[in-house]
Amino acid sequence: MRRAILIAIPYVWLLVLFLIPFVIVIKISLSDTALARPPYFPQWDWSLGWQGIKDFFRELDFENFVFLTTDSLYWKAYLSSVKIAVISTLLTLLVGFPIAYGMARAPEEWRPTLMMLVILPFWTSFLIRVYSWMGILSQGGLLNSLLLSLGIISEPLIILNTDIAVYIGITYTYLPFMILPVYAALEKLDGSLLEAAEDLGCSRTSAFWLVTLPLSKQGVIAGCFLVFIPAMGEFVIPSLLGGSQTLMIGKVLYEEFFSNRDWPVASAVAVVLLLILVIPIVLFQRNEQKQREAEG
Amino acid sequence: MPQKVFAPWDDPAEKPLIQFRNVTKRFGDFTAIDNINLDIYTREFFALLGPSGCGKTTLMRMLAGFETPTEGTILLSGQDIGPVPPNQRAVNMMFQSYALFPHLSVWENIAFGLKREGKDKATIETRVHEMLKLTRLEKFARRKPHQISGGQRQRVALARSLAKAPKLLLLDEPLGALDKKLREETQFELMDIQEKTGTTFVIVTHDQEEAMTVASRVAVMDEGELMQVATPDRIYEAPNSVYVADFIGDVNIIEGRAHQAGDKLQIDWAEGQPALFAQTDKNFDMGQTCYIAIRPEKVAISAERPQGANVLQGKVLDIAYLGNLSTYHVQLPTGHVVKAQQANTRRISRREFTWEDDVWVSWSETAGVVLDK
Amino acid sequence: MRRFSAFNVVSLTLGFAFLYLPMIILVIYSFNASKLVTVWAGFSTKWYGELMRNEAFLDAALVTLKVAVMTSTLATVLGTCAAYVLVRIHRFPGRTLFSGMIYAPLVMPDVILGLSLLLLFIGVNIDRGILTIVLAHTTFAMCYVSVVVSSRLVAFDQSLEEAALDLGATPFQTFRLVTLPIIAPAVISGWLLAFTLSLDDLVIASFTAGPSSTTLPMKIFSAVRLGVSPEINALSTIMIGIVTVGVITASLMSKRAAVQRLKEEQTAERS
Repeated sequence: MRRAILIAIPYVWLLVLFLIPFVIVIKISLSDTALARPPYFPQWDWSLGWQGIKDFFRELDFENFVFLTTDSLYWKAYLSSVKIAVISTLLTLLVGFPIAYGMARAPEEWRPTLMMLVILPFWTSFLIRVYSWMGILSQGGLLNSLLLSLGIISEPLIILNTDIAVYIGITYTYLPFMILPVYAALEKLDGSLLEAAEDLGCSRTSAFWLVTLPLSKQGVIAGCFLVFIPAMGEFVIPSLLGGSQTLMIGKVLYEEFFSNRDWPVASAVAVVLLLILVIPIVLFQRNEQKQREAEG
Repeated sequence: MPQKVFAPWDDPAEKPLIQFRNVTKRFGDFTAIDNINLDIYTREFFALLGPSGCGKTTLMRMLAGFETPTEGTILLSGQDIGPVPPNQRAVNMMFQSYALFPHLSVWENIAFGLKREGKDKATIETRVHEMLKLTRLEKFARRKPHQISGGQRQRVALARSLAKAPKLLLLDEPLGALDKKLREETQFELMDIQEKTGTTFVIVTHDQEEAMTVASRVAVMDEGELMQVATPDRIYEAPNSVYVADFIGDVNIIEGRAHQAGDKLQIDWAEGQPALFAQTDKNFDMGQTCYIAIRPEKVAISAERPQGANVLQGKVLDIAYLGNLSTYHVQLPTGHVVKAQQANTRRISRREFTWEDDVWVSWSETAGVVLDK
Repeated sequence: MRRFSAFNVVSLTLGFAFLYLPMIILVIYSFNASKLVTVWAGFSTKWYGELMRNEAFLDAALVTLKVAVMTSTLATVLGTCAAYVLVRIHRFPGRTLFSGMIYAPLVMPDVILGLSLLLLFIGVNIDRGILTIVLAHTTFAMCYVSVVVSSRLVAFDQSLEEAALDLGATPFQTFRLVTLPIIAPAVISGWLLAFTLSLDDLVIASFTAGPSSTTLPMKIFSAVRLGVSPEINALSTIMIGIVTVGVITASLMSKRAAVQRLKEEQTAERS
């Protein structure tokens, strides 16, 4: 009995506040926009009984999804989100791997401190971390004044409000998500494996390519997914650092909902975004599963 | 009047403390315990011995109440304990990992069970003190488990499980985490405490020496079945199967065909080799497959052909020097290897035999046990 | 004894410079007398003064704190329950759905969570305000708590619970006297994580907040959309300062405890 209550409390909470809202999103994505309050049609009408329910379902259709394919704004936004997420993920890997490697090869007594230094930014506000780049990247910002005063450039670069700023922002804010799994994989790596490789005639460099890299594969894959998945739906970074031509689906959804008040289309955008994310999420789960199995 | 030997299992009037009645335990398709009947008597020190996965731990966990039998009943003092949850059983357990509560002191760990019974402060105080004294832990009462050594932790676990004065104490590999020397000392301490408190102990172990040392009776288990339940000396000297003979200690097993010859059994075991003779109470059919099990220390080794019932010639293949003993592996012309053991009773002596020496091995008619399975 | 190699020193230095420089610059410029980012006009704390006089920010900060405290407390209770159910109860109807619902919010984009919750709140006609933000935040924060707590529960020696039962404790007493004290560090980190997540969230709060319940991130967002503001720099500095002090203190304390414990264990073995 007690056990049933214990299960029921979190279960019901998640059903009501996670699953049902999600079903509502799907339902509204199949409805039509209406100039009413709430601004969509059909509505449940309990007074009509069974007939009302049948009518309700007859009114649902995939119109909004068809609309998403016809208006180039949407599919361009999806494509551009994927592009931005992929490029940022690769950049994060490029920046994160050497840090993780350096941490794993650092003297043992240093590692907890380094680890804390990686995690510390994670506890500070995401918004502030994104914001901190605005003063650096803006046209009259610190980066430009530095480069100008060093004579490297003669005109200020336009970085803020471009995709490049978005790449930098994603790389910066999601870096800990890349470093931690890669570090975990590299740290587990038994030092004697590298000694064995060298003993068997590998050079330092070839030992890295033949032993270290393959064995850190799982960590790298996990890190890439941990960056890619949230980057896909990112809203804050493109809004603050990106420009008006930076298309990311999270931003489109937000604007569709608040500026255009088009709930059915916003819901359809959300459903498609989720469908796109299902693939990397499933792949990520499989990677984790494989790792768990490999560990026994 | 001679002192009465402790052997309640031989006394038909004695009521067993625990009775397993046709107990079977299945986990899905896997049968962990297969139709077991077993009686354990008050004040016994009973050992469940077997390789890992043989079901001994499951059997113990059913006594503690962490598993319920799929079929059959378990009686404690004649009462079915099937429906009784673990926290209401007069049975306590000492866990293999000790399971000491890391956030509580030694004193609080020992008092944990007493407090749950709702005993008053003074009673708890006295009882915990008694337990600390019994296990020589008075000095460590205020320490946390991580502040004491492994051996001391083991004694805390014992004190905690004894504090409620259970009818039955279960010990799951209680000495498994200790090093060999400490383990041997602790075995005697355990026996001492068992005797002092008069509690019935059931111990699970995979260490045959430990089982033989501490137990009044040993149950050898394999694949969910009881292979043999007997006193340690019976288990060693009169195993009932090749499995038990082989599991306990070192043994030579020779397979052959039985042939009754007067009051002895003649066993033909290999072409061109003399038949072996053994005494047995068991009846064997003519030509029935049988096995002779002889312990290496009962096999003599000599350079000259000795007199005796069973004499075989072979070559020394290997010598294992164990300090107190030497074991000679003698290969017979048939390819069989017979192990013979000699005690090294003198410190300085030349080894009599060396590799490739031709030697004779021999044993008497009563040295071996004839088994049918 | 392993030492830093030159390559590692370089990569770590560059890496940590990348991680920390933007924040350090932010902190430095919060003390700039000028309103412009690039011009250093001398040291001044006037922006902190302005911030303290800005009622709107103070109100938003209060709302955010209220939301965060309620969220983290609720999420810790729910998340701990959920973790216990996931780790200890292996069979009950709908278990797969349950574990799916625990993990899905971790990877679900904020915009979708926010949108779906807003549509629910409109559907059942609740007035949006602090309560709706707390409900929304608790829903995703409890999933993080449950992941943190369940990793501790998995590592937990289950024979400790069996030992408590064996010594006569009821299942509830076992949880209260044995399980909870042992998983307490994970529960506390779960609480802190939920608190930070709630404090930090912009998107979900924007969807679920009402007109009178603007949170601090929402306030910051609308302020910085227009560009860099020295008041926000000052606010950021305060927030960064609090987190830094908190994290460093916590890690020093846990390090000291670990060293102490190791020492005690070694003395215990030698005795």
